[in-house]
Amino acid sequence: MKFWRKPLDLDEQKVVRGEVHILRDRCKGCGFCVEYCPEGVLKLDHAYNKKGYHPPVVIEGKECVMCRLCELLCPDFSIFITERGTGVPEVRDD
Amino acid sequence: MIKADPAGVLTGAHYLDGDEACAEGAIAAGCRFLAGYPITPSTEVAEHVAARFPMVGGTLIQMEDELASMAAVVGGVWGGTKSMTVTSGPGFSLMMENIGLAVMMETPCVIVNVQRGGPSTGLPTMPGQADMMQARWGSHGDYEVIAVAPNSPQECFDLTIEAFNLSERFRNPVFVMMDECVGHMTEKVVIPPADEIEVEPRFEYRGDPKEYLPYKVNGGNEYGIPIPPMLHAGQGGYYHTTGLTHDERGYPDMSPECQEWLLRRLVDKIRLHRDQLVHVEEDGVEGAEVVVLSYGISSRVATRGIALAREQGIKVGHIQMKIVWPLPDRRIDEVAGRVKGLVTVEMNYGQIALEVERIAAGRCRTSLVGHAGGTVQDPEKIAETIEEAAR
Amino acid sequence: MSEASVVKADPVASPAPPPRDEESIPHPMEEWLRMDRIPHIWCPTCGLGTVVTAFIEGLKQTDLERDNVAVVSGIGCTGRVAGYVKLDSYHTTHGRAIPFATGLALSNPKLKVAVVSGDGDLVGIGGNHFIHAARRNMDLTVILVNNFIYAMTGGQVAPTTPETANTTTTPYGAFEPPFNIPHLAEACGAVYVARWTSLHVRRLTESIRKALSKPGFALVEVVTPCSTLYARRNRLGSGLDLLKFYHDNSTIQNGARTSDVGIDFQKPFIVGEFVDHDRPTWFQLMEARMSATLGDKFIPKEGPSCTNSK
Repeated sequence: MKFWRKPLDLDEQKVVRGEVHILRDRCKGCGFCVEYCPEGVLKLDHAYNKKGYHPPVVIEGKECVMCRLCELLCPDFSIFITERGTGVPEVRDD
Repeated sequence: MIKADPAGVLTGAHYLDGDEACAEGAIAAGCRFLAGYPITPSTEVAEHVAARFPMVGGTLIQMEDELASMAAVVGGVWGGTKSMTVTSGPGFSLMMENIGLAVMMETPCVIVNVQRGGPSTGLPTMPGQADMMQARWGSHGDYEVIAVAPNSPQECFDLTIEAFNLSERFRNPVFVMMDECVGHMTEKVVIPPADEIEVEPRFEYRGDPKEYLPYKVNGGNEYGIPIPPMLHAGQGGYYHTTGLTHDERGYPDMSPECQEWLLRRLVDKIRLHRDQLVHVEEDGVEGAEVVVLSYGISSRVATRGIALAREQGIKVGHIQMKIVWPLPDRRIDEVAGRVKGLVTVEMNYGQIALEVERIAAGRCRTSLVGHAGGTVQDPEKIAETIEEAAR
Repeated sequence: MSEASVVKADPVASPAPPPRDEESIPHPMEEWLRMDRIPHIWCPTCGLGTVVTAFIEGLKQTDLERDNVAVVSGIGCTGRVAGYVKLDSYHTTHGRAIPFATGLALSNPKLKVAVVSGDGDLVGIGGNHFIHAARRNMDLTVILVNNFIYAMTGGQVAPTTPETANTTTTPYGAFEPPFNIPHLAEACGAVYVARWTSLHVRRLTESIRKALSKPGFALVEVVTPCSTLYARRNRLGSGLDLLKFYHDNSTIQNGARTSDVGIDFQKPFIVGEFVDHDRPTWFQLMEARMSATLGDKFIPKEGPSCTNSK
């Protein structure tokens, strides 16, 4: 999550951070999670899984906000999120 | 066996028609769910149940058609209630789909068919016995069924109870193959006290529901029938069952091996235990030169034909089959080896008669006194056929 | 669109994911699925897996006890749902899920019975049962997954196929007018009617929760992508393209008149919660009637009655 300007109470703002769990070999590579992740956290891996599909991976440096949309949309029960704690929201430079 | 619930038993002597007696038999046997669709000449069964059920904790629903009725009956059983439906030929045709489901899921239930003349709409208000092969083979695929055929209102009561009991013992649909004559015939019916009526309880799973495998046979039931115990919806088993070929978990398995594993048992549980399914009433079979085989209303008419033939000095025996499917083939086989002829009396152009011919295998004459339905047999015709067979 | 749009895999392989014992943290759905049957048979980019998740998520949010929930399916791709959810589940005959469920519900009134089946199963071959169960207000939650085609059998025209759509039995384009399912359900008396797509997964989950919590005939239609047959035969890309189409072309109109929510081929369509009112269920009406006429003589059906122990 990003703010367009720095809020005055930034110190008190907390964002839930999620840890993305990907069951690589259960994935059928539909790409729903990649397409609809609001934070653009995921991409499809270049590597194949056992079934020959490209499963998603987390893009380095990207933070999951635990909306669980990928988990709900995934038709193959192969991605889910657990809570990793909270973080400080990012303030965008521009 | 346990004793019938007294709440459902109208002990005493009554003046009932066959349809009503069948309804009372079902209630005495513990049936508490009926899904049906009106059709002559079976409707009185449902009407009688509709009047009685609210007082005994039963539920009746008139469904939109017979497809739905039979599906609801199968659902009713898996919900934990003894269930039945009632119909006649045209509705019986529609029920075939879910009778197959009942067989595949091993669902104990009772289907009453008050037969009328067919095919199609045929003779709605007149008798027939031409659905016998449909009862045996009407749904697709290979399977075994059990069918009883009463010849009087008293038998409608007694054999409906037996049908429920056998459905539980074999975990299979059981047919009560009545006919319009028996259904609409009013006679004295004696309903015994509840503690004289034996009722087969469901073969239930008693272990940990979490470990339940719906099609795992663990030695079978007390009768030696290789059936798995049942768990109903709402008992925490989270089990699955399907009309697809399934393994012991109830999961679909599309392999010839699984098909063989499942179907072999479904067929054998009845075929190899058919000695438990012989219910005949015999009269003068020992020493007879001709034996008449009959069932349902035809067996009552046959007694008159037999009496006429006996007046001519012919030694005639009579086997009334109260359970028609599976046929008492070992008994027929035995008799066929030492009589001149077997005469089958039925209201069709030869359904059971062809089976009798198959079992006799040329060792004696086999003949049929049959017609297309609409009225009972002519006793004179039966006597003449017996005379011919004795020649 | 000539080629199915897919999310392209990253051209460079990512570094191997950090070693993690995946088994130690099971997917939250695993508790509710028959894991020995996963992976399921549904095609990549099919929406059915999403509907299963929405169903379970919706169910978890109700007050219902898991033991008392049964799922009944008919035949078809959606018919396989009963085989995957870890509940008492019944895979029945084609079109007969609703009457089977009716028997189950009447046999044991403590059960909440959900029917999850497809459009062809429920309003094609099972259409008569659908309208009568709605008319009776049978206490059933019906999740009707609409992919506009008979998919399991290879893509034949369905009673929901929009006009002009190509199917294997309408190779020159479908020409029969399709059913408007919410309108049909409302006209027949359903007490709750909603339609979502499998992309509207949160709203879908909430509708399923409401439908399961409501006594009576509650219908949730879920428009889902069939990539292998419907999308491919109509050159609509993949299931992902269909989700994008739903995203761009569906408008949420809660309370919309159901007569206005018919779906035309690849035209904008309306989703939302259309009907939510109350009327007595079949069981309530029956019990009221019997009590009124029979008084104390009426003995209501309580639960399963064939058990030895009662």
